[in-house]
Amino acid sequence: MKAFDRPTRIFFALAAAFALAVALGSLRPEGSALSVSPLTVSVLGKYMCLATLALSVDLVWGYMGILSLGHGAFFAMGGYAFGMYLMRHIGDKGVYVSELPDFMVFIGWEKLPWYWLGTDVFAYAAFLSVAAPGLLALVFGWTAFRSRVSGVYFSIISQAMTYALMLAFFLNALGFGGNNGFTDFKEILGFDIHTRGMATTLFALSAALMLLFYWICRTVSVSRLGLAVRAIRDNEDRVRFAGYRVERVKLFVFTLSAMAAGLAGALFVPQAGIINPNSFSPLFSIEAVICVALGGRGRLYGAVIGAFLVNWLKTTLTGLMPDAWLFVYGLLFVVVTVFLPEGVAGLLSRIRNPLAGRLKGERRGTEARA
Amino acid sequence: MTFPPPPYASPAGNPVRSGRAAPAGRKETAAYRRPRATRALAAAAFCALAFGAGDLPAEDGLAVDPEVRASLASSKVQDRDLAIERLAADFSPEAGAIMAALLAGDLYVDRDTSDLYLRDPGGAGYSPAGSGEPTDGESLSLRKVGTNNRQRSALAGILNGRSLRHPDVNVRREASAALVSDSGADEAFGAFIRELLAEEKDSRVRGNYEKILAARALRDPASSREDILAALGTLKERLSPEAQGLIRERTGAEDPEIAAAAREALSRMEATIQHISLFDTVFFGLSLGSVLALIAIGLAVTFGVMGVINMAHGEMVMLGAYTVWAFQELMPGRPGLALILAVPGSFVVAAIVGAAIERGVIRFLYNRPLETLLATFGISLILQQAVRTFVSSNNRPVVTPPFMAGQWYWTEHLSITWGRFYIIVFCLAVFLMILLVMKRTRLGLEVRAVTQNRPVARAMGVNSGRVDLMCFMLGSGVAGMAGAALSQLANVGPNLGQNYIVDSFMVVVFGGVGNLWGTLVGGLLIGMANKFLEPVNGAILAKIIIMCGIILFIQRHPRGLFPQKGRAAAA
Repeated sequence: MKAFDRPTRIFFALAAAFALAVALGSLRPEGSALSVSPLTVSVLGKYMCLATLALSVDLVWGYMGILSLGHGAFFAMGGYAFGMYLMRHIGDKGVYVSELPDFMVFIGWEKLPWYWLGTDVFAYAAFLSVAAPGLLALVFGWTAFRSRVSGVYFSIISQAMTYALMLAFFLNALGFGGNNGFTDFKEILGFDIHTRGMATTLFALSAALMLLFYWICRTVSVSRLGLAVRAIRDNEDRVRFAGYRVERVKLFVFTLSAMAAGLAGALFVPQAGIINPNSFSPLFSIEAVICVALGGRGRLYGAVIGAFLVNWLKTTLTGLMPDAWLFVYGLLFVVVTVFLPEGVAGLLSRIRNPLAGRLKGERRGTEARA
Repeated sequence: MTFPPPPYASPAGNPVRSGRAAPAGRKETAAYRRPRATRALAAAAFCALAFGAGDLPAEDGLAVDPEVRASLASSKVQDRDLAIERLAADFSPEAGAIMAALLAGDLYVDRDTSDLYLRDPGGAGYSPAGSGEPTDGESLSLRKVGTNNRQRSALAGILNGRSLRHPDVNVRREASAALVSDSGADEAFGAFIRELLAEEKDSRVRGNYEKILAARALRDPASSREDILAALGTLKERLSPEAQGLIRERTGAEDPEIAAAAREALSRMEATIQHISLFDTVFFGLSLGSVLALIAIGLAVTFGVMGVINMAHGEMVMLGAYTVWAFQELMPGRPGLALILAVPGSFVVAAIVGAAIERGVIRFLYNRPLETLLATFGISLILQQAVRTFVSSNNRPVVTPPFMAGQWYWTEHLSITWGRFYIIVFCLAVFLMILLVMKRTRLGLEVRAVTQNRPVARAMGVNSGRVDLMCFMLGSGVAGMAGAALSQLANVGPNLGQNYIVDSFMVVVFGGVGNLWGTLVGGLLIGMANKFLEPVNGAILAKIIIMCGIILFIQRHPRGLFPQKGRAAAA
């Protein structure tokens, strides 16, 4: 199998064209034809980050059959890691005119705690935003997969993990700003964060990250490793009996996906302008899962379509009818799981080839029995 | 004898408040009560109380005596003396309210009808004494009832001594206990307490007085050696920081006997305090654990049988709590009855909603546990938003009925909150009920069969669809009852269930799926661990530690405390 099969090629062409159009549009003067406002650019940039998160969920859920209800935690950790860099570079322009972040002055700390050391170096912060979630996923995954925690159990403990982290990040004493988290960022690498150019750059980086991770996922899924991953989804015991170290395969894929989620979080924070413990809430993690479910799991482009659809719906509806959003959102969960088990992407391919859907359906049956 | 006013004015049962809060619509029974008191008003302050306590039981519904009213309305000082004397012998809350208002200068009389009115705090309006709607006072010709200095000091004394000589022993207990923490220093107070001690028969009230006197003895530099030793003996039963401080001072006494006695008293006190806090922690842990177990039992039933984690389970709890609120709204004035009726009511409401969820959604998702999880999560969002939209996004007030409020004193310091006690009992009762259903009924048999092996159970003629439905209804109904219990402990709002759902998942997983005993033990253990960690680490950190502990526990024992054995475990 080739990494760039026909759907992937189409998706790449469309996504790259879309990203290019937005980026060029944002550089055109406001009001002229095809121009895109900075606000729209940063919203689309955030969607790109959330799409990357959805891709990382799809990799472990759609391909490996592990439903993680705690992937938002990796995203948030990456966000916090890069947020530390942003907080350090507010410098003495904060309210308290101190080298320390405002919230530390507020709770009476006199110097940075050890884990903040070096976070003012861009490269280190960027590394941390990948490494910290990666390490968490490695430790969490290792203990869980080694003792063969799977299925609903894994979902529940991953949810407990993100819930515990949320509670921890709410504590002021942890040194991450408590309730309010990080906000009021000023600059990245010396450039003002509020300019048009910065919005475009961040958007372009987010789009590039999404496409890069998409390509990595494709490469993994068509490799021998990818075959093992799908085999684990369909019948874990059989793979184990065939002599594969199932735990290692799972751990590799889980950690890879957590690292991508962390990087997406790091790019998300400067565009959102804020990160707080709510991004650790179980609801946020489940949101990423429903993106994948709506788009169609096991198909990477489905995750991206789902992320854009869900977040676009959310932005539009919370603006228009805040009360209706949760109704629509809840219904989305029900309708997608009951009527669209293959998601929007499945619907597309079924329209194109009715028989393919049937075959997929049978495959799903095997997986369920396992 | 006059008694000096306030420093130790009893906060218990402030007469002003109890008078105004008296329920409206009470019948006017103008029973004339003859006070057996002496003429001298000053003496009446206490003596009337002392005698009156015996033969004038306080009666709810006692309205103001017309003669008292007339005397108060009179412009003669002597008439008002008589009125105060009579009021002193009257233990109804109204009499207390009138005296308090008289002392504060808030008592008014209608010139035409000589009805009494109490000015509301802030002076915005006037409420009739006893009962009736408050008025703005403009349509009446009100005149303030005046008092002189002597009358005011008599009134202050009466009000102070009132609750200490109240015929109801519970009022006396409460009032004397309130005095213990605030023992005044002047001589008149000591004499007053000694006088009360001589009259008192109830041992607990006597104990309170003795402690007051003991603290006074320790504070008094002129106390004799024997007095101090006796005081140390009495005071070691009193577990306040103040008493501890007094005793600690004496540990450095020159007299070796006193110093030794003080040290011994101090260590006894500390040991008692430790025991009490241990008892409190265990009790609070048990009550929190019962709440968790109660919520988790329903979850365990659905999860055990259908292999489905019902994420909308928390919302069933919430619906149960709202049922209590709805019942109380439907039956104003009968919060207790409403609560009791709401227990089966909440079962029915939650079971019906559960049935709708099972028939409407879950039935279509057989064999897809992860997708069921997502679908039920969606349902939980819808239910939450439905409550926000159609009821209110704010918390709803749920009344705690009198039998749930208050405490039961086992000994003086060991007390049990009734509300929490009933919740523990309720949890055990529900648990036993579920256990009986599972072990002794046809439904339970079928449920266990389907849990162990669905295809074989179906082959034997079990209608597995019906079993699923009944199970889901049972689990949801129990969650509803848990909500009814929770309405007494937590705020009833749209997020009520969400706050407990992650914890109750942990309970189920920790206890071992498909094992009811595991759920109960797991719930109680987690609740207990929570309360033991809380004082050391703070509430949030305690929760985090427990979460991490359970996550690690699951790694070592993936099937929980009490794993299912045999073939069922492989399913």
